Amino acid sequence: MNKIKEKLMEKVFLTAALTSVAAVLLICVFLFANGLPAIGEIGIADFMTGTKWKPNDVPPSFGILPMIIGSIYITVGAIIIGVPTGIMTALFLAKVCPAKIYKIAKPATDILAGIPSVVYGFFGMTVIVPTVRSIFDGDGNNILSASILLGIMILPTIISVSESAIRAVPESYYEGSLALGVSHYRSLFFTVLPAAKSGIAAAVILGIGRAIGETMAVNMVAGNQARIPNSILKGVRTLTTNIVMEMGYATELHREALIATGVVLFIFILIINLTFSYMKRRGKSEK
Amino acid sequence: MKNNSKRQDNFFRILVWSCAAAVFAVLVFLVGYILIRGIPHLKPSLFAWKYNSENVSMTHALLNTLYMVVLSLGISAPVGICTAIYLTEYAKRGSKLVEIISITTETLSGIPSIVYGLFGMLFFVTYLKMGQSFAAGVLTISIMILPLIIRTTEESIVSVPDSFREGSYGLGAGKLRTVIKIILPSAAPGILSGIILAIGRVTGETAALVYTSGSVSELVTNIGNSGRTLAIHMWALSGENIYRNESYATAVVLLLLVVVINLLAKRAASAIMKGR
Repeated sequence: MNKIKEKLMEKVFLTAALTSVAAVLLICVFLFANGLPAIGEIGIADFMTGTKWKPNDVPPSFGILPMIIGSIYITVGAIIIGVPTGIMTALFLAKVCPAKIYKIAKPATDILAGIPSVVYGFFGMTVIVPTVRSIFDGDGNNILSASILLGIMILPTIISVSESAIRAVPESYYEGSLALGVSHYRSLFFTVLPAAKSGIAAAVILGIGRAIGETMAVNMVAGNQARIPNSILKGVRTLTTNIVMEMGYATELHREALIATGVVLFIFILIINLTFSYMKRRGKSEK
Repeated sequence: MKNNSKRQDNFFRILVWSCAAAVFAVLVFLVGYILIRGIPHLKPSLFAWKYNSENVSMTHALLNTLYMVVLSLGISAPVGICTAIYLTEYAKRGSKLVEIISITTETLSGIPSIVYGLFGMLFFVTYLKMGQSFAAGVLTISIMILPLIIRTTEESIVSVPDSFREGSYGLGAGKLRTVIKIILPSAAPGILSGIILAIGRVTGETAALVYTSGSVSELVTNIGNSGRTLAIHMWALSGENIYRNESYATAVVLLLLVVVINLLAKRAASAIMKGR
């Protein structure tokens, strides 16, 4: 009796474990099966490098280059803002701040990670956009605003992954540097940070993934115009916002083209994830 | 030379402290701004039982969020915990299957929520003909939070000392008994903190739900109906200028909810540390 129960439960656990494999397969199958035919119909070159997204024109044009460029611009902007600040803060948490401050600072970064993207988006809409508008020309819904907001949103990712990378550096590196007469801060910057570099690179890649995938917050501040911007004070549309804005009413080829946009996004994310696991593994084997 | 390195040292010190200060200033400003703008507008009418375009009440959305949390965790907590048990206690370390499951779990955790939303729409809403319904939203979000639960459970099971297992086997208990009576209870705080984090994710989620459970502003009485959660409600309100004050007030509720949930998770996690 017990033996049967043991065997049965092992099968139950195994079945559960296969759920995530099934989920990934289903996601791939359904995205590709619904998106690839549209890419075929539009033509892969026209789809990926077309600069016009005019689903309502006759004949319609479905070029997603503006959205690819839009995603890249705001991701780069977010990285410029979020990465240096995040790494410095991680260094602060891991090596500089007194235990008393750490007790408050660490939960604070967790809260930053927990804030929902609509709340970030709303904050961006009501604070960042009007500020950008009052400093520069235009209506404030642009690459700059979206980059600032996304830069803030990726901070918790960058901070927590870099912090553990910095903590994983053997203490002897830092002590050795101190023993050679190098000061505390210079030891941190010239021995500890370089030693943590693959972990920090993993943090940056994870941050890129977050930034490219963010939808709602970006939708609320980026302006969403489907054209290639010529300045950071112009509005942009990203791959994610293209889907969320038009899926509600799109039909036929237009709908399939939106799903195909999702496929392109999905492939970007897969590449980023693979790079991330590669960096993480490399970080481990260096130890 | 001496002077130069001192200057460099000072520069680094200022750099590190000011970046950290900036991050915390942003957090304090963000939370403070929402609270100060929102709290004065938390009128009783926002919590009226019936939603209409006059009062934009969030009561139904709040209850829907609760249903969403309960239903999605009802699916993904057992599946996630069983997966973690399999990976840590049953599967052979480093076997091909474990590797495949780990890779797919990692992949799932990296997929952005809009892609989950798209998949939910294609698979649950269209292919399985569920229509835009609460059930479709629940299933979509259950897959989304699965990797989080698997990872946190795995971590806490792995940190259960081997002596516990050996003691249990030594007393003649079988594998299943050891897992249920010894390992799961010792790993409970970690599992709980993972579940609470997942509650936070569900509460704040929008992109995965817009095209699955939809944005109908009614109380869900049947999982075949569409219904909006609080985050979707917040998103819908923020799109309309005339509801600016109500949006601030709704943001306060959503923000406090998520912050409290995250602090609870922290508590649960630190309970494990104390248990050691």
